[in-house]
Amino acid sequence: MAEIRVQKAPFAYGQEADLFAEGADGAGAIVTFAGIVRPDGGLSAMEIEHYPGMTERALSAIAEEAETRWQLSGALVIHRFGRLAPGEKIMMVATAAAHRRAAFEAADFLMDYLKSRAPFWKKELRQEGADWVEAKASDEDALSRW
Amino acid sequence: MALDVLYFAWVRERIGLPKERIETGAGDVRGLIEQLVAREERYAAAFADLSAIRVAVDQELSELDSPIAGAREVAFFPPMTGG
Repeated sequence: MAEIRVQKAPFAYGQEADLFAEGADGAGAIVTFAGIVRPDGGLSAMEIEHYPGMTERALSAIAEEAETRWQLSGALVIHRFGRLAPGEKIMMVATAAAHRRAAFEAADFLMDYLKSRAPFWKKELRQEGADWVEAKASDEDALSRW
Repeated sequence: MALDVLYFAWVRERIGLPKERIETGAGDVRGLIEQLVAREERYAAAFADLSAIRVAVDQELSELDSPIAGAREVAFFPPMTGG
């Protein structure tokens, strides 16, 4: 059963990875990924909005599909919302499987899907003003890989 | 029939509120949009380019021709940018 957490507060990446590994009984491979606010020139903060309720449902559905498809023994998704400073971790995924290829592929799948199918929206705040991040066609194309 | 209509990201900013209760006789999402657009200019501005609008009916991603009969909430927002 995948664990989904949508939260405003920061999370401790290393600690979460360790806890996940300890809980993944019998797994032979664990993959973890973290997304970070890129300190692009002039970015003062990233504001992340989401759709409470639907976010959790969408993430659970995506994680459940990954668990079934790659026969995962565990999956974890943590995604933050609210205001984040450059360098802060936005989100992480972790997957546990018998072998590494399944764990890598499942993590990649989770990332591709949560980028364009989980209801989050990013806004970049700069001194000059604020802009909503636009979805890229390449993000949508990435889904066709699966 | 009354339902909650939710707006997110720049759709919310253009319309100027996150949520409202709407009385509608529309059968599908497109009909609801037409009703909203006819109300005020700010709705017309938000829905000017429907290719940039995504919709969820009762928290499930849906299409413009998805039925809304019996729905509790309909949400409008731009393409998602998570991760």
